[in-house]
Amino acid sequence: MANILIVAEQQAGTLRKATLHALGAGRELAERLGGRLHVLVLGSGVDSVARELQAYADVLVADAPALEHHLAEAYAPVVADAAKLLGSNYVGAASSAFGRDLLPRVAARLTAAMASDVLAFGGDGATVTFCRPMWAGHVVAEVELATPVKVFTVRCTEFSQAPKRPAAGKLTAVEVRIDPAAMKTRFVERTEVKSSRPELSEARIVVSGGRGTRGNFEEIEALADELGAAVGASRAAADAGWVPNELKVGQTGKVVAPELYIAAGVSGAIQHLAGMRGSKVIVAINKDESAPIFHVADYGLVADLFQALPELRAKVKASRGGEPSEPKQEGRG
Amino acid sequence: MALKILVTAKRVEDPESRIQVTPDGTGIVTDGVSYRLNPFDEVAIEEAVRLREKHGGEVVVASIGRENCGPEIRTALAMGADRAILVKHDSALDPVLVAAILSKIVELETPDLVLLGKQSIDDDQGQIGQYLAEILGVGQATCASRLGGLESEAEQKREPGLVLSADGRELSVLREVDGGFERLEVVLPGVVTSDLRLNKPRFVTLPGMMKAKKKPLRVMDASEFGLDLHPKVILKRYFEPKKRKAGIRVASVDELWTKLHGEEKVL
Repeated sequence: MANILIVAEQQAGTLRKATLHALGAGRELAERLGGRLHVLVLGSGVDSVARELQAYADVLVADAPALEHHLAEAYAPVVADAAKLLGSNYVGAASSAFGRDLLPRVAARLTAAMASDVLAFGGDGATVTFCRPMWAGHVVAEVELATPVKVFTVRCTEFSQAPKRPAAGKLTAVEVRIDPAAMKTRFVERTEVKSSRPELSEARIVVSGGRGTRGNFEEIEALADELGAAVGASRAAADAGWVPNELKVGQTGKVVAPELYIAAGVSGAIQHLAGMRGSKVIVAINKDESAPIFHVADYGLVADLFQALPELRAKVKASRGGEPSEPKQEGRG
Repeated sequence: MALKILVTAKRVEDPESRIQVTPDGTGIVTDGVSYRLNPFDEVAIEEAVRLREKHGGEVVVASIGRENCGPEIRTALAMGADRAILVKHDSALDPVLVAAILSKIVELETPDLVLLGKQSIDDDQGQIGQYLAEILGVGQATCASRLGGLESEAEQKREPGLVLSADGRELSVLREVDGGFERLEVVLPGVVTSDLRLNKPRFVTLPGMMKAKKKPLRVMDASEFGLDLHPKVILKRYFEPKKRKAGIRVASVDELWTKLHGEEKVL
């Protein structure tokens, strides 16, 4: 009998959508192994998140002021204790910055091996294997975790959100005993870059800019706004400080799999491809006809993005029956 | 406040090399593949050297694996690490085993700070720093970055991105998180993992390489530590992801629009 525990992620009392994808993975394991699925939410003042999660699984909630910030040092013992209490043999989370920071500590605490960024589960019956990307996604490794407890993070673009259950799951509070004075990590501050645009990892369309923008993202942003799309960037653009780092798509940034990915002025370095090659349709617009991005694009246009993007934007606007506007003078981030 | 810093140097495939799975799926083709120091470790080593340049102390670089990681160790020493430890192990490693071995090195060396890359670009697991921190019972700050990024004045001046407190007991770390940044203070001894925007590593110079050859290298064997050396992450097979079908070139935005709006119906 398997027992699966998914660690939920919430930010300031709002459930992050990534959790629903992690629950989808958890649900898949539970159905395959004939096991129970639980979700654990940690934080301070997370009552509404806990109730929201009841629609998907039985919920454990660890609600305490000491858990207000996502300190892995504080969260790991709570997660490990919950896993021991439930007898969980699978402990997972989304492969977000939060999940990646926390789950290895949980694994160490449970003397468990861990598979990061799982794309799919494999194997037969009760023997679950984990398929995960290596070498920037050029290779997929199918691995077994040879420890009684198996810890994993999942790539959200590869798992659908969990379906809602017909009846609400149970809600159980777990005791939290943390001595803040004994902690060796202290939270100082958090700066979130607020944007009215959709989140990169959830958007249906992403418009990305690279070195070819030469720092001018106006046309990228204007097209994105016309499409209601998210804005992404190559590492070159992020490192140059042209856009906030959160917009970076790639092996070490976000991995996205939208319906449409438009890469403008992006050369297509391997590390970038690792972050978007799962997109349904890839369009590349680049002045350089030998840019590697054209190898992965479904549609490649050799053109100056400063000409092509406004033209494309005009077509989009016209198809909706309107005149294209001038690009907004937006500040960065 | 002098700092003793332990860093790691992992030998990885050069990302420009073509990575292919062998026909039997048990490995990758090594013919024609070149190797280099894990870029994230390179950033960690640079950070450690800058911290030593500013505060005094010592930088010890550890590498685990076959003896062929000599060049990566030498690069770390050439960048300014003071001495090296190679823990030989010819069979498969996994994050559990590496973290265990590193914890033994920490027992030997008692560093104030362990600085590693946030992930290695071959396995992309990104676990070891955190796993080690939990084994050691210390604080962690992952994905360390720099306020203002690599174009900042502080980076131009080659300042460390990690800020040591006046009493030398804590490190202030700016982390990259989803949606922005977070600043944490880590009590030392602690573990920090580096992201690429923490610093721009220095180039290795010929004098640096010459000095590296004279720096102490201690060679140990993984069997010396009394650890279970069996990996717990067991590879069943490698395979290549489905290739995308070949795309086409379009000659104009008009044609692109026809494809996206008319055919694919994504716009």
